[in-house]
Amino acid sequence: MGTARRSAYALKDKYAIVGIGTTDYSANSGRTVRALAIEASANAISDAGLKPADVDGIVSYNFNDSAPAIAVATGLDIPNAGYAVDFLAGGNAANLIVLSAVAAIEAGLADTVVCYRAMNGRSGFRLGGGREFRALGPTQYTAPFGWITYPQAMAMWCRRYQIEYGLTPEQLGNVAVTLRENAVLNPRAMQRKPMTMDDYLASRPIVDPFRMFDICLETDGACAVVVTSAERARDMKQKPVYIMGGAYGGGPQQGDDLFDCIRWPDHSKNYSHYIADDLWRSAGVTPNDVDVAEIYDCFTYSILMQLEGLGFCGLGEAGSYIADGHIRRDGKLPVNTHGGLLSEGYIHGFNHVIEAVEQLRGQSGPRQVPDAEIALTTAGAMTCGSAMILRR
Amino acid sequence: MSSPEAYAKPVPVPDPDSAPFWAGCREQRLMIQHCDDCSRHQFPPSNICAHCGSGRLSWKQASGAGKVFSWIVVRHPVPRPVYIDDVPYVVALVELAEGVRMPSNVVGCAPEDVVADMPLKVAFKQVTEEVVLPLFEPA
Repeated sequence: MGTARRSAYALKDKYAIVGIGTTDYSANSGRTVRALAIEASANAISDAGLKPADVDGIVSYNFNDSAPAIAVATGLDIPNAGYAVDFLAGGNAANLIVLSAVAAIEAGLADTVVCYRAMNGRSGFRLGGGREFRALGPTQYTAPFGWITYPQAMAMWCRRYQIEYGLTPEQLGNVAVTLRENAVLNPRAMQRKPMTMDDYLASRPIVDPFRMFDICLETDGACAVVVTSAERARDMKQKPVYIMGGAYGGGPQQGDDLFDCIRWPDHSKNYSHYIADDLWRSAGVTPNDVDVAEIYDCFTYSILMQLEGLGFCGLGEAGSYIADGHIRRDGKLPVNTHGGLLSEGYIHGFNHVIEAVEQLRGQSGPRQVPDAEIALTTAGAMTCGSAMILRR
Repeated sequence: MSSPEAYAKPVPVPDPDSAPFWAGCREQRLMIQHCDDCSRHQFPPSNICAHCGSGRLSWKQASGAGKVFSWIVVRHPVPRPVYIDDVPYVVALVELAEGVRMPSNVVGCAPEDVVADMPLKVAFKQVTEEVVLPLFEPA
């Protein structure tokens, strides 16, 4: 489905991620979002072997819950950013901002760009608590009926999938349990206590068909990466991770905000079905070539939909694909090797990019996928989203 | 529900696109936009037809018949004080006979009795002096 656009990302291997940085992930940072953003960005710049004066672009995304790009540029003392942009966007933009950094460099607006997401997602503005508690604009058709939070939004999609294809609690539980196995090995992860299927099934019902353990964490923290041309990357401190391909998009009738899905044609399929052709075409690889996949998991269910949308398995087959162990660390498609948004933490999907880079550099310690050469990162769960193919 | 003054849930704020819809609800009429060029309906309302781009839109009263396209059962109240007495409650995407979808609550049956494609009919509920919501119950 999803007619491929005539054009697709056309800069295969010409740009690279050369630095990564994070803060601690916690439930209460005790710090400003600005401080978190600056720390993660400074760490990424230093990881690349650069200084802030070497950076001339900065880009982020937020829901009015972050420090804007110019504030972080000011804090870092980036002398004259030729590209400083804040996307008002959700997790759908987590890969788009990296692609936009490439676009800015290619256009000559900047040479080296820092991309970040920073949030006090637990102690400050809690996305999971729902949007503003009001009913105007697109929310006038949803909020008056008590349809307010993102778990409530996504449960509607999950139910539609269940109607179309069938879906058992255990099939969702397999995702939560598998990702927790990875988080146990990840010192950065917020949830490192092993989880059994019984633990999953006993977790509190929140909004059918979701239990507590279907829903991602809420996190204070920040992540950042540095993007530059492959040519400049060659002389830098770290082995470059090349951007092979990427795509952003969704289908028709995406709605008036990220929550709105009233006009969406088929809620058993999400944005991933619509970007798959462009994504694979841009990178010149196929799903079989992917060694490790960091897939946006605001909910257990979103992984199933993206496995199908991107062509790792057929429609309605993701539940059994996962039950067969394919997404485990030793399976044919290790997924969310850091534990994901479900168990590592929720930096709005940008932590997936960090994990992919670490895997491709071979820096993931006990959770390393041996010899990982090509990684997929995705961002988004509903009507729009972005994805990248990275390689070492 | 307690007195209308104490109504703590979000109440819709009509805008120039939606005013006829909410005004219709106050008269117990479910009004949706109809394109006079391509003869299709649309919801939510807009300034042009999402199917053909025409600006020739009129408002037609829907039959009030629909069915369950998808549904959720909210068990954890958010915000807690506002919905604690309502849980568990059902939110459904209702597919109207006219071919558009509309979010609403399914009332008049147990949450466990809701199934896909279940036939529904509109049931208006006055929640404040100014606001009437279109809810749905088993047909």
